[in-house]
Amino acid sequence: MALKLPVPRRREVPGVLASFEHIDAACDAIRTLRKQGRRNLTVYTSHPNHEVEAAVGHTNSPVRLFTLIGGLAGCTAGFAMTIWMSRDWPLVVGGKAIGTVVPYVAIAFELTVLIGSLVTFLGMALLTFPRAVRKVAFDRRFSDDLIGVFVPASVSETDKLSDFFRRAGAVEVRNA
Amino acid sequence: MATVAYGPNLTRTHAEITSDVVATLSPPSRGYLAALFGAVGLFLIGLITFVMLLKDGLGHAGYNPPIMWSVYITNFVFWVGIGHAGTLISAILYLFRSPWRTAVYRATEAMTVFAVMTAGLFPIIHIGRQWIFYWLLPYPNARYLWPNFKSPLIWDVFAIGTYLTVSTCFLVFGLIPDVAAVRDRATGWRRALYSQMSLGWTGSDNQWRHFSRAYLYLAALCTPLVLSVHSVVSWDFAMSLVPAWHGTIFAPYFVGGAIYSGLGMVMTLLIPLRKVLKIEHLINDYHFDNLAKLTLLTGCILFYSYSMEYFVAWYSGNTFEQTTFFRRAFGPYWWAGWTMIICNALVSQLLWFKKIRTNLTSLFVISIFINIGMWFERFVIIVSSLSNEFIPWAWDGINPTWADWGILAGSFGWFLMYFLLFARTFPIVAIQEIKEMIPMPRRKGTAGGHH
Repeated sequence: MALKLPVPRRREVPGVLASFEHIDAACDAIRTLRKQGRRNLTVYTSHPNHEVEAAVGHTNSPVRLFTLIGGLAGCTAGFAMTIWMSRDWPLVVGGKAIGTVVPYVAIAFELTVLIGSLVTFLGMALLTFPRAVRKVAFDRRFSDDLIGVFVPASVSETDKLSDFFRRAGAVEVRNA
Repeated sequence: MATVAYGPNLTRTHAEITSDVVATLSPPSRGYLAALFGAVGLFLIGLITFVMLLKDGLGHAGYNPPIMWSVYITNFVFWVGIGHAGTLISAILYLFRSPWRTAVYRATEAMTVFAVMTAGLFPIIHIGRQWIFYWLLPYPNARYLWPNFKSPLIWDVFAIGTYLTVSTCFLVFGLIPDVAAVRDRATGWRRALYSQMSLGWTGSDNQWRHFSRAYLYLAALCTPLVLSVHSVVSWDFAMSLVPAWHGTIFAPYFVGGAIYSGLGMVMTLLIPLRKVLKIEHLINDYHFDNLAKLTLLTGCILFYSYSMEYFVAWYSGNTFEQTTFFRRAFGPYWWAGWTMIICNALVSQLLWFKKIRTNLTSLFVISIFINIGMWFERFVIIVSSLSNEFIPWAWDGINPTWADWGILAGSFGWFLMYFLLFARTFPIVAIQEIKEMIPMPRRKGTAGGHH
């Protein structure tokens, strides 16, 4: 019996989906669409590509903020935990002071990396998952070798967009 | 369709790369099943031994005062070390943008996770009352006691726990796009599993934008982590006053040794695995040549470390240090001491020759020597140092028993079992990173500008 886990209800987005074989053709089409004022494009590739990134015009991902906040939180938690716990039950070991910072650097460092990594993972999930819930048209071949460009559009716009994509070199165009 | 010369004698298209990797997930061959049954058999030996230890206590193992750290702690350090090459290849070489890592990093990353999982068992087995191992963790308890954070043993709990969690996170994270690619071709239970694991991945520009940055930051966090973990393990020894342990060279010496042992295990696993999974064209001489060069580098670091240890023992004028090192070479454990030096410092020097680096049979034999040598290195450091501490009348030796060997065999079974199951269930070669190296086809017929 197939495994069934709860999947969030998806909201369908109407539009036109074009498939390209050639990266330059796809990027030219993306740039033209952006010049026409269409910003809400979705471009599918099987791997990250700098040309596509440049054509879509992405800015830096805010995921770095998650890494920074997670790392700082881990470091603070590491020092706070060790110093507080040492003072909570003062146990003299080897004649050393109760709250010594140097040996606690090892714990604080490990927690910096641990919390920083987990929060980075969480940040990536939070930044991408809400969009994944939107049901935007997709084709399995995009994870193989085709490049997909999806443009959200009303029914009245679809013919015009389909013509544009065919002229731009798309190997397949369909309404979604 | 664009192709790429990916190492010698290979030109593949994007679609062919997916097909090649998906083919590794097809029904298993007899060779694979034989290896899996062998691993499960070894694991069962370890499990039975562990049950006996739980029932009767650690008396079965070959502990003998003053040697109260022996084979189990040797195994612990050995397995933690194995994991280090995986993180070096997957994270550090990623930051260096080293192209040859792409074909081998997934396998080495999986090796890291399973090796650290294996290592984590040994402190628990070693403490004797395994059912209260959680006393090591800082949690509110009825006695208002907290762990002693000045102890390197507690640092170790945090270091190993963090290493296991972050390595698993890095492995699962890197798998997302590849699992999605396989999902789009899979059916049945595999499709259900991959659909859940890929978290709705479609390869959209927005997903790649966040994924690429997050992967970079995870690699940046893993890099100092891998250096810290074996340094912390080395401080388990170096923070004490036992002769031959109390040295400042221990942290870099352990990290170099860990990477060396991990590279040995990578070659031991990958040379037969590429044949069993029929991916010889994806993991070829080009990759093994580079792995061998790294092995040579770390072998030289070990050669230097061994030389320095002996030099410093002599130069210090400290009788206890000098005696310990003299007995390491000519005392009751001379055979272990020389096995370590020959297998690690000397055998690795054969890798100066390109003919040996590109001959997989030679590499496989050398990798076995490395595994043996690195296990003995830890045995020598732990057992030979403890066997002759400061008071000569207390000097003694150990005779490892069936309980020591049973657990050692079980650890290999436990590790190999998980590794083999992983290799058949998930893409063992990173699909998206190999595709990234192949120029995308162009209408105008020019080569891709993407690196």
